[in-house]
Amino acid sequence: MSATLASPAPAGTGRLTIRLVLLGAVLLLALLPALNRLPADSALHVSDFIVSITGKWITYAILALAIDLAWGYAGILSLGHGAFFALGGYAIGMHLMRLIGPRGVYGHPTLPDFMVFLGYKDLPWYWLGFEHFPYAILMAMAVPGALAAVVGYLAFRSRITGVYLSIITQAMTYALMLAFFRNDMGFGGNNGFTDFKELLGMPLNTANARAALFYASLALLVASVLICARITRSKLGRVLVAIRDAESRVRFLGYDVTRHKLFVFVLSAMLAGLAGALYVPQVGIINPGEFSPGNSIEAVIWVAVGGRGTLVGALLGAFSVNALKTWLTTVAPDLWLFALGGLFVAVTLFLPRGLVGLFSKTTT
Amino acid sequence: MTRFILRIAVFLLLALPARAQDAFTGALPGLAGGFGEIAASVERLGSLGDPRALPVLRALQDGTLRKAADGRLLVPQGTGFVDAATGQPADAAGAEAVRLNNRVRQALRGALGRLQLVSPDAAERGAAAEAIFRSRGADDVPLLQAAIRREAVPEVRAKMELALAAAQLVASDESAKREAVARLGAAGTVEARALLLEARATNPGMATAIDVSIASIDRTLSFRRAAETLFQGLSLGSVLLLAALGLAVTFGVMGVINMAHGEFVMLGAYATYMVQEFCRGVPWLAPWSLLLSVPAAFLVTAACGAALERGLIRHLYGRPLETLLMTFGVGMILQQAVRLAFGAQNREVISPAWMQGTLTLPGGIAVTQNRLWIIVFGLIVLALVFAAIRLTRFGLEMRAVVQNRRIAATMGIRTGRVDAMTFAFGSGLAGLAGVALSQIDNVSPNLGTGYIIDSFMVVVFGGVGSLAGTLVGAMTLGVVNKVLEPWAGAVLAKVFVLVAIMLFIQRRPKGLFALKGRAAES
Repeated sequence: MSATLASPAPAGTGRLTIRLVLLGAVLLLALLPALNRLPADSALHVSDFIVSITGKWITYAILALAIDLAWGYAGILSLGHGAFFALGGYAIGMHLMRLIGPRGVYGHPTLPDFMVFLGYKDLPWYWLGFEHFPYAILMAMAVPGALAAVVGYLAFRSRITGVYLSIITQAMTYALMLAFFRNDMGFGGNNGFTDFKELLGMPLNTANARAALFYASLALLVASVLICARITRSKLGRVLVAIRDAESRVRFLGYDVTRHKLFVFVLSAMLAGLAGALYVPQVGIINPGEFSPGNSIEAVIWVAVGGRGTLVGALLGAFSVNALKTWLTTVAPDLWLFALGGLFVAVTLFLPRGLVGLFSKTTT
Repeated sequence: MTRFILRIAVFLLLALPARAQDAFTGALPGLAGGFGEIAASVERLGSLGDPRALPVLRALQDGTLRKAADGRLLVPQGTGFVDAATGQPADAAGAEAVRLNNRVRQALRGALGRLQLVSPDAAERGAAAEAIFRSRGADDVPLLQAAIRREAVPEVRAKMELALAAAQLVASDESAKREAVARLGAAGTVEARALLLEARATNPGMATAIDVSIASIDRTLSFRRAAETLFQGLSLGSVLLLAALGLAVTFGVMGVINMAHGEFVMLGAYATYMVQEFCRGVPWLAPWSLLLSVPAAFLVTAACGAALERGLIRHLYGRPLETLLMTFGVGMILQQAVRLAFGAQNREVISPAWMQGTLTLPGGIAVTQNRLWIIVFGLIVLALVFAAIRLTRFGLEMRAVVQNRRIAATMGIRTGRVDAMTFAFGSGLAGLAGVALSQIDNVSPNLGTGYIIDSFMVVVFGGVGSLAGTLVGAMTLGVVNKVLEPWAGAVLAKVFVLVAIMLFIQRRPKGLFALKGRAAES
C-alpha cells in the first residue's frame, strides 16, 4: 500500500543530527516561560500569548505523535483521534469543574452550575472520584484507551482496514459529538465546561500556572517521543511496519496481527487522551465541538505535512501547520480553509513523505 | 322511466328550499316584536337551517338590523338596505334599529353557531361542525342531520357526521347512542377516543360496546402511527439512497473514496438555487425551474467530478488513504469557495405548488407531498443508474475496466476516459441528491457534511459495489432511525444505528450484499 515510504528511522549521522535538532528545540522551548518573566521592554521578552499558544501547540504535537505512531508505523489511519483527545480533555474538565466547588454562580457546594441549572439533585455516579487529581489523570488515559480497545478489537478482529477503518473511526467521533451535545449526558451539553478556577491548588490564568502547564506538556512531549522512539526501534516496531506494508504476509508468518495493532492503537489513544488533559487547562474550555470530525482530520494533516512514519515529522507538522493557521487566521481569515484544503491536496500529490522527506532528500 | 325520476328529483330540489323559505318568512315578523318574541324568533330561525337567516341574525347581532314603520325588516347590504323577506332593495328612511337584551344575545349566539352549518363557506361549515362536536347537545341532532344531507364537501361531511355522533351520544335515544358509539369507533381519532371515555363513565350500561369502539380506535391510531413512521423512514431512506448512489458508483464500483462527495451534493443544491433565481426573471419558465435544475445540477457536479478525477484523483490511484485526505481537502476548498461566493447564510429554494402541502391517504395517514416526491425521485434515479450500468455501452465499458483494466485496454477501451466518465457519473448523482435535499433541508455551504458519514455507512452496510445493497441499506437505515427516534431521541437513535452497523460488520464484513467470486477478490 505504501511501499514508497522511507524506512522509519534514518540511519547513522542523520539520526544524530535529528537528535541534536530535537534537543536544541526542546531547550529553546523550555526557555520561553523564563523569557516571559523578563520585563516587558526587554528585547528578549516573550509575551503571554506566545507562551500560552506554544503550550497549546505542544499538546497538539503530542496528539500528532500519537497519530503518527498508529498511522505512520502500523498503517492505521484513524480519523477519530480527536475523540480520544477530547475525552482526555473532558476527564480533566470534570476534575476542574469539581474544584470550582461552591464558587459557582449558583453557589452549590458540590454540583457544577450546569447541573444545578438542569435540576440535578445529586452528582451522577460517573462523576464520583473526579475530585481527586490522580483519578482524573488516570481516567484521561483509561477512557480513551478503553474506547480504542473496544473499537479496535471489533475492527481489527474482522480485518477492517484502510479506508473502512478510517470511516468507522470518523463515525465514532461523529457519534460522540452528537452524544456530548445532549444535555442529559451530564457533560454540560452544548456549552461543555468552562470557568475553571484552579488546578492542584494553583489558580489558572496566572503566569505561574501557565509556566507549570507549559513544562508539564513539554515533559510529556519529551517522554512520548522517547517512548515512541523506543517502541518503533524495537522488534515490535519492525513488526508494526511489516503489518503496515503487507498485513496478510505478516499474519501468515505467524504473528498475531490483531494484538499488535490493538496494542499500538490503544497506546496511541491513551497518549492522545493525556494530550487532551493538558490542553484543556491551558485553553480553559472544553465543549463537544472538540469531537467534530474536522478536528481529527486536521490533526492527521499535521502528520502528513510533517512526514509520517518519522515521529520528528509529526512534531514538525504540528508546529508548522498551527503556526500557519495562527498567522493566516489573523491576517486573512477567509483564506485559512483554502490553505488547509490546499495543504491536503499538495501534500498528498507532491510531498508524500512530507517536509521531513524534503530534508532527507537534500541531505543524502 | 329515468325521465320521470329525473323530473321528480328536479321538483324535489326546487321544492325543498321553497318550503324552507316559507318557514323562514313566517319566523321573521317576530323580530319586530318585544324582547321575548325576538328571542323566540331567533331560536326558530336558528333551528330552521336556512342560509337566508344568516345575514339577518348577523345584522341583529351587529345592531344594524332596522325595523321599518310598516313592520318590514331591513338588512344592510353594501351601502343600502334590502328587505329581509324578499331580498329587494328598500329605503331605510325612518326605520329604527332593533334592540337587544341579554336573553336575545344568548339565543343569538346559539342560533348563529348552528346556522354556520349552512354557511356558503365550506371552511365556516367545518368550523361550525367542530364547534358542535365540542359543545354537543341533544337538540343539535336534527340540525346536523339536515346539514349532512345537504353537504357536498367530503371533509366537512365527515366532520359533521362526527359531530352528529357526539350529539347522539348525549341524546336519550338508546339505539341512536349505540349507533353513535359505533360511528365514533370507526372515526379513529384522538378526540373520538376522549369522547368515548367520557361517555363510558356516564353510561355504565354501554361499557362493553364503548370498550369495543375504544379498542378499535386504538388499533386504528397505532396502525396510523406505524404507517407514518414507516413513511418517514422511507423518506429519510430515499434521501440517504440519493446521497449514497453516487458513492455506490465512485466508491463501490471504482473503489475511489471521495470525501468531497458531500460537497458535490451541496453544489447540486446551489445549482438548484441558481436555476430558480434565473427562472425568476423569465415568468413562463418559473413553474419548471425545479425540473430544469435536475439536468443542470447533474451537469454542474458531473463537470466538477470529471475535473477532479482528471486533475487530481487519477494521480493517486492505488493509494486510498491519500485519496481520502486529498478529497477531504478538496471538499474543504469547495465549501469555503461557496461560503465566500454565496455567504454563509441559508438560501431559500421554494418548492413548486405541486410539491407543497400534505396528502391524506385512506386511513387518515398524513404524508407530506415533498417527501413523497423525493421517494419517487429516488426510485427513478435508482432505476436510471441500474439501466446505465447494465444496459448501456458506457456501463459495459465501466464494468470491463473495473474487472480487468489491462484486458479492457487491450480490447480498445480508453480506460482513462472511462474512469473520468464513471467518476463524473457518480458526482452527477450527488448533484441530483442536492436537488432533492434543497426541497427539505437548508441550502447552506455545510449541507453535505451532515449526510456524508451516513451515506458511507449505507454503502458499507449494504455491501460495496452492489446497487441492491445500497437500496436495502438506505431504506433499512432510514426506517430503523425513524423507529428508534420516538423512544431514544433523534441523536441517540443515530448513535445506536452507528453502533449497530459496527457490530453488523463484525458478522458480515462485506456488508449485506457481498460480492461473490472473482469480483470480491480485487
